[in-house]
Amino acid sequence: MTGLALSCSINKKSLFDRKHYFYADLPAGYQITQQRLPIAVNGNLSYTLYVGAKQSQMVTKNVRIKQIQLEQDSGKSLHNDARSQTFIDLNRAGVGLMEVVMEPDMCCGEEAAAAVRELQLILQTLGSSQAIMAEGQLRVDANVSVRHPGEPYGVRTEVKNINSLRFLARAVDYEIQRQIEELENGGTILNETRAFDYKLGCTIPMRDKEGKQDYRFMPEPNLPPLILYDAKSLPANIDDQQVVNIDWIQERLPDLPSVKRARLVEQYGILPEHSFTLLNEDGLMELFEDVVRKTQMNPKKVIGWVISELLGHLKQYDLTVKESPVNSVSLADLLNLLERGVISSSAAKQVLEELWKGEGKTPLQIVKEKRLELIQNQRELDQICQAVMEGHQEEVMEIKAGNKKVLNKLIGLVQRATQRRADPILVKQILEKKLSQ
Amino acid sequence: MAKPDVNPAIQDGGAHGFLSPAAGFRPGVVSRVSTALKEGQVSPTELCQRCLSLIKATKFLNAYITVTEDTALRQAEESEKRYRRGQSLGDLDGIPVAVKDNFSTTGIETTCASNMLKGYIPPYSATVVQKLLDQGAVLIGKTNLDEFAMGSGSTDGIFGPVRNPWSYSKQYREKCGQNSHLENEDSSWLITGGSSGGSAAAVSSFTCFAALGSDTGGSTRNPAAHCGVVGLKPTYGLVSRHGLIPLVNSMDVPGILTRCVDDAATVLGVLAGHDPKDSTTVQDPFNPFKLPSVIDVSKLCIGIPKEYHIPGLSSETLAVWSKAADLFENAGARVIEVSLPHTCYSIVCYHVLCTAEVASNMARFDGLEYGHRSNMDKSTESMYAATRREGFNDVVRGRILSGNYFLLKQNYEKYFIKAQKVRRLIANDFVNVFSSGVDVLLTPTTLRDAVPYVEFIKEDNRTRSAQDDIFTQAANMSGLPAVSIPTALSEKGLPIGLQFVGRAFQELQLLTVAKWFEKQAKFPILQLQEMLDHADALSHQKISLSS
Repeated sequence: MTGLALSCSINKKSLFDRKHYFYADLPAGYQITQQRLPIAVNGNLSYTLYVGAKQSQMVTKNVRIKQIQLEQDSGKSLHNDARSQTFIDLNRAGVGLMEVVMEPDMCCGEEAAAAVRELQLILQTLGSSQAIMAEGQLRVDANVSVRHPGEPYGVRTEVKNINSLRFLARAVDYEIQRQIEELENGGTILNETRAFDYKLGCTIPMRDKEGKQDYRFMPEPNLPPLILYDAKSLPANIDDQQVVNIDWIQERLPDLPSVKRARLVEQYGILPEHSFTLLNEDGLMELFEDVVRKTQMNPKKVIGWVISELLGHLKQYDLTVKESPVNSVSLADLLNLLERGVISSSAAKQVLEELWKGEGKTPLQIVKEKRLELIQNQRELDQICQAVMEGHQEEVMEIKAGNKKVLNKLIGLVQRATQRRADPILVKQILEKKLSQ
Repeated sequence: MAKPDVNPAIQDGGAHGFLSPAAGFRPGVVSRVSTALKEGQVSPTELCQRCLSLIKATKFLNAYITVTEDTALRQAEESEKRYRRGQSLGDLDGIPVAVKDNFSTTGIETTCASNMLKGYIPPYSATVVQKLLDQGAVLIGKTNLDEFAMGSGSTDGIFGPVRNPWSYSKQYREKCGQNSHLENEDSSWLITGGSSGGSAAAVSSFTCFAALGSDTGGSTRNPAAHCGVVGLKPTYGLVSRHGLIPLVNSMDVPGILTRCVDDAATVLGVLAGHDPKDSTTVQDPFNPFKLPSVIDVSKLCIGIPKEYHIPGLSSETLAVWSKAADLFENAGARVIEVSLPHTCYSIVCYHVLCTAEVASNMARFDGLEYGHRSNMDKSTESMYAATRREGFNDVVRGRILSGNYFLLKQNYEKYFIKAQKVRRLIANDFVNVFSSGVDVLLTPTTLRDAVPYVEFIKEDNRTRSAQDDIFTQAANMSGLPAVSIPTALSEKGLPIGLQFVGRAFQELQLLTVAKWFEKQAKFPILQLQEMLDHADALSHQKISLSS
């Protein structure tokens, strides 16, 4: 699935090999991998970056996928240097992994993080993996090298122990800087493995590989070649459950993030940046679409509420969409009240604050409780405006004399008189009408 | 020590005594015992106890590493309950069996006759072991072998060599002019062949009715021939290797050792079939079969590979081979000479591929998770090195070093890839022969009859293996099924076996031909009593039983 999603060529026949080395977290003394012929090759991953002074311009970039291979995980080593001991946790040893190898098409930490973020979204959409870096479901090793433009690739180092996208960007940028400084001071870069120390924000050399290791690759004798089929090559009398049909999988691929984003923009008229935000937060897109379905408000206005207000609150309280005290039903109800002119925009924000307390009240209940309804009675409004105008003759004079800004003061006074239950747009209309008489 | 009360008729499975030593033919031993159990003529517990006491009486053979007395008696008791309820699980219910000590057995020490695994108790059983137990078989013990199944004598394990029961047989002692005195007794005993020598000796000496061995280059067929029992190597991919501690993954198969061909078919019926835990087993369903009792070989074509007529072949074995060919011809079969032209390359090719896979498979023994761990703790590396030096014998270490050499990047093309290609050619030799109308090949199993231990150890393990595997290893290279049938006694009164090689997955045809031949050959039963007299005498003399 992942190979197809990344536009790779799927090798209908792929092979397994043993890669031999001795290490405490490798109980068999070898790792089963796909060195000779991996399952997928030559793919492509598109991702977006925000560039420019205000980070407002969106740019699309590409990174080529060299290959995807299946291999075994090793165990986990935990070092207790104080007692010169190492603890080995073998629970994950032997479990199957998918390794995605990218070509060196990225130029800085930001690009690396953006590319990996997009890969994360794709994996999550496909269901291939939850891809949560903090939980080790997605592990990223960065291979970094520097060179002058036009020169061949420099010696690369491999940076490990990166546990988040933020650290990935930092580790890459640090390593680039370190290598540049090293070379400019006349030093050389060693082809080594370095660990990222997140506390210090730097990379330090890791286990020394004693020059080049000979892994003594050998075909894995216990695993016959992996054969995948497509509609054309599928043998006649074979049990559906026993084989993997690439075409069948291709037909059932869910919409990838880029497709989903394009659809959101087209269907709802929202901005591309908005579509990124919707997909970036787990569950936010579903909430947005749900609200749009349940309300008469224009999606272009709904998005503002979902991103600025709802998401803003979630970020403030460090909650996920799933944990939100306000669900799509409540939000839709609220927006409907706003859309129908029952309340003003600022009143709606007040209601949202109340809803956030999660006391189980509906927006309508809160509106009634707090007496936030806009005054609908035209005559009542008219009278209040009239009263305000009469109480502030000076200001009236100034407006009539041409100083339109003072109108806002009058509107403010009406708001105060109505305890903000007057629709400011309506008030403005009434005042202007009166002033022109 | 009182002599155990052994009824040879029961031990032979001939509950009705129709088997006279002179006739020597025992069809369906297991099924006859099974019948006796069903009819209540003997109980599983009795059977088990007789085997256990016979094991004690024949301890000097050193066939067993572990005798699982308590669990065996418990299993026998369970079996007895089932028989009483009339709910036996099948032909193997209550039948004592032995398993070579390189098959994992839950809760029972599995050592591979190596210091590396001494004291190792597996948490799971090999698939084939579990299948036997699920059929109600009684596991009587784990048998001795060459360390990690590397060898052709069953002489190089840490528990010492296995002695061929025929060393103490009436047949051998008479022919060699030996009397009952013990003068040269301990120095003239014979090897069993290997590496499944313990299993072969166990079956041969009547301490069990069937045994599991393993076969990578002939390790089941070789000792079968030397010990006068049937040794079957099934087609690669027919029987699961899960739980068989691996030597060469692309050649290993579990082997079956029994007293007659019918029994081999019975055991195969229980063991064969796809195992999801072993991806190299075929998916096709396997149908257990019973061999016909009336067999007509006149429609068959028997192939005699001319390249197997080599200088090292003893004249006796050659004569037996010839006579066998004539036997088929006289019965109307077509017997023709065929050619397997790449035979001369097979030893070297086998050596490269075998050592390469061995080096890989032995990498897991690092002393960290299980098995022996050295006290050396200066660094992890030094601990590995010391552990592996202490845990493995010379033979194993030699093969690991060779194998790693062949797998080095700069050598991989020259040796490993080349050997793979030669292996393909060797396998194709058989394909060509079998597609030209030949049904079954007939060859010797070993160069000669069993030699005395003192003579065997004059050459090293590698030399011996290269010599002794010559007729058997091609079947492992090509994955084909092969069976060794005890055919005749040599001039010394020792067993000579002949080998039949069949088409892939055609065990039914292979064993049918073998059964017919077995009937014609009328191979004599090992005369047991002499051996027990010897045991008696030995115990009185308190001679040390280690090698």
